[in-house]
Amino acid sequence: MKMITRIVTAILLLFTLSLNAHARVEIDITQGNVEPLPIAVTDFTGETVAADIVGVINNNLKNSGLFKIIDKNAYIETGLTLDKTPRFEDWRVINAQALVNGQVTKLSDGRLRAEFRLWDVFAGDELTGQRFDIQPQFWRQVAHIISDKIYEALTGETGYFNTRIVFVDESGPKNKRVKRLAIMDQDGANIKTLTRGSDLVLTPRFSPTRQEVTYMSFEGGQPRVYLLQIETGQREVVGNFPGMTFSPRFSPDGQKVIMSLQQGGNANIYTMDLRSRSTTRLTNSASIDTAPSYSPDGSQVVFESDRGGAQQLYVMGASGGGAKRISFGTGRYSTPVWSPRGDLIAFTKQSGGKFLIGVMRPDGSGERILTEGFHNEGPTWAPNGRVLMFFREIPGATGGPKLHSIDLTGFNERAIKTPSFASDPAWSPLRN
Amino acid sequence: MLASNPVFKSRAMIALFMGLSLTACAKKDKLPDNSGQLGLNNGATPGSQQDFTVNIGDRVFFETDSSILTPVARQTLDKQAQWLLRYPNYPITLEGHADERGTREYNLALGARRAAATRDYLAGRGVPTSRMRTISFGKERPVAVCNDISCWSQNRRTVTVLAAPTG
Repeated sequence: MKMITRIVTAILLLFTLSLNAHARVEIDITQGNVEPLPIAVTDFTGETVAADIVGVINNNLKNSGLFKIIDKNAYIETGLTLDKTPRFEDWRVINAQALVNGQVTKLSDGRLRAEFRLWDVFAGDELTGQRFDIQPQFWRQVAHIISDKIYEALTGETGYFNTRIVFVDESGPKNKRVKRLAIMDQDGANIKTLTRGSDLVLTPRFSPTRQEVTYMSFEGGQPRVYLLQIETGQREVVGNFPGMTFSPRFSPDGQKVIMSLQQGGNANIYTMDLRSRSTTRLTNSASIDTAPSYSPDGSQVVFESDRGGAQQLYVMGASGGGAKRISFGTGRYSTPVWSPRGDLIAFTKQSGGKFLIGVMRPDGSGERILTEGFHNEGPTWAPNGRVLMFFREIPGATGGPKLHSIDLTGFNERAIKTPSFASDPAWSPLRN
Repeated sequence: MLASNPVFKSRAMIALFMGLSLTACAKKDKLPDNSGQLGLNNGATPGSQQDFTVNIGDRVFFETDSSILTPVARQTLDKQAQWLLRYPNYPITLEGHADERGTREYNLALGARRAAATRDYLAGRGVPTSRMRTISFGKERPVAVCNDISCWSQNRRTVTVLAAPTG
C-alpha cells in the first residue's frame, strides 16, 4: 500500500470540568479517541429485567469504544436509588466521569416503567433523565433508547443503538451457498430470517421511512429487484424491466428505488417512483454503471462506473447526466455510499491485491483508508454517520464472510457476532 | 493480468475438471491428457447433454475482469455452435460467472457481459438468438473454491446449459 491513511490524531478527551454552570462532561468523537470515558452504570432497582437492561446499556456503551464501564466492585456508594442525589465525591474517587442510575417498575396495566438519570460527576450536575412506559417484551429496545440518550448527552451526536441491521445470512458449502435475508438488532440480538433460502438473495437495503427492504432475488430464475415488507413478509417486484435489475437503494424520502438495469453487456442506472410506477433512466453509457447511492438531500447520486476503463466513482445530479469522476487514487473504487451526514462517501477499494474500506469527501478530496486486508467489501453507515459496518471474507474453501464495524476514525474495529456467515449488511435508520 | 491458461485446450480436460472442481485447485497441471484414449464419444450418446458436455465442452473461460473471448474460448464456441446447429431442439441458457476477487454488484454486471459476449459469438455462428437466454450469477456460484489463482480462473466462465429438448 502506498500510504497508511489512518490518521492518528491527538488522544484527546475534552472534559469540561470547570465550575461554570454550563459545564458538561463531553466526548469529542470527531477525534481519534483511544482513551474511553470512564462511566458507572449502577444496577437499576426494581423488576428483575432491570439487570438485563443495564447489561444491554453497558454492552452498547463499551462497544462504541468511547466508554469504559467501571467495575461494580469498585463502587463506594451502593444502593443508589433513583430519587437520591449521588454522593459525587464517592464517584470522583473511583474516577467515574459520568454516572447512570435508574429503576424499572411494573405499572398496574402490566406495562413496565423504565427511568434513568445521567449525572456529570465532576460538575455534580444532572445531565439528563427520562421515563419510558413500555410493553414488557420491548425491554431491549428501551435499553437501546436509554443508551442513545446517554451517548447523545455525552457526545453531542445522535445515537445509533436503537437500530437494526438487515443482511444476508449464508450457510452451506461455498459452491452451493444458501443465502437468506436476515434482520437483527444492531448488537446482534433478536436475529430472524426474512426469506426461506430457496432463492439466491443479495444486497438488501433499508427504507429510510418504512419497515421495508429493497433487495435482489433470483426467484424464478429471473434476477430482479424486489420490495419486502418486514412485518408482513409481503413481496413485490420493482418495475417491469426487460432484463436483470440489481444493486437497489432507496431515495432519502423513501419514494424511489434507484438501481441498475443490465442491457446486453452494459448496465445503466434507473429510478422507479414507487407511487406513480414511472421509471427514469439516469445514465446511458457503454459501460457498467452500478451501485448508485443518493446524497442525503436527494439532489445528487454517487455511483461506480468502468466507463474510463476500470471501476471508479462518479457523482451526477439526481435527474442524471453530467457525471463527474471523483476517485483518482491508485486502484479501483466501488460500492460508494453517501454518509447520512452528507459530508463523506464510503467505498470499497481494490489495490495491490487487497480490498479496503475508505472514505472521501463528495468532491473526491481527503481520501482515508479505514481498514484493509484480503477482502473487505460493502460499507454501510450508522444513521449518525460515525460508524460503518462492512463484510470481511475469510479466504479459502471453508471460508466465508463475517460482519465487522469500525469507527469513522479508523479505530474500534469489532467483529459482529452472527450464527453463520454473513454479508451485505445495511444499517436501518434510527427507530422510533 | 494473468496469462491465458493453456490447460483448457483439451475438452476432455474440461470434462475432468467438472468432476474434480473441488479438488483440482493445485493439481491441474499434472493431470494426463488422455482424451484420445477414451473412445470416439467417451461413452456418451451422440446428441445427448453428456455428449455436449464431454465431447464439445460446455464452458469457456475469461481473463481477469475481461469479457473478451480468448482464441481457446472461440474454438470451443465454434464447436458448440456446430453441435447446437446439428441438434436444434435444445433451448440454451448462457450462465455468466465472475471470480470472487471483485465486488458483488460489479461482478453481476461482469457475468452478464460475459454471457452476452458468448451469446453474440454463438449468434454470429448461426445459432438463433431465439434459442438463447442469458443469466448472470456474478461471483455467487463458484465451481472451484480454493483461495488461489488456479481456482479463480476456473470461475471466470460462461457455461452453456442445455434445457430439456423441445419437440
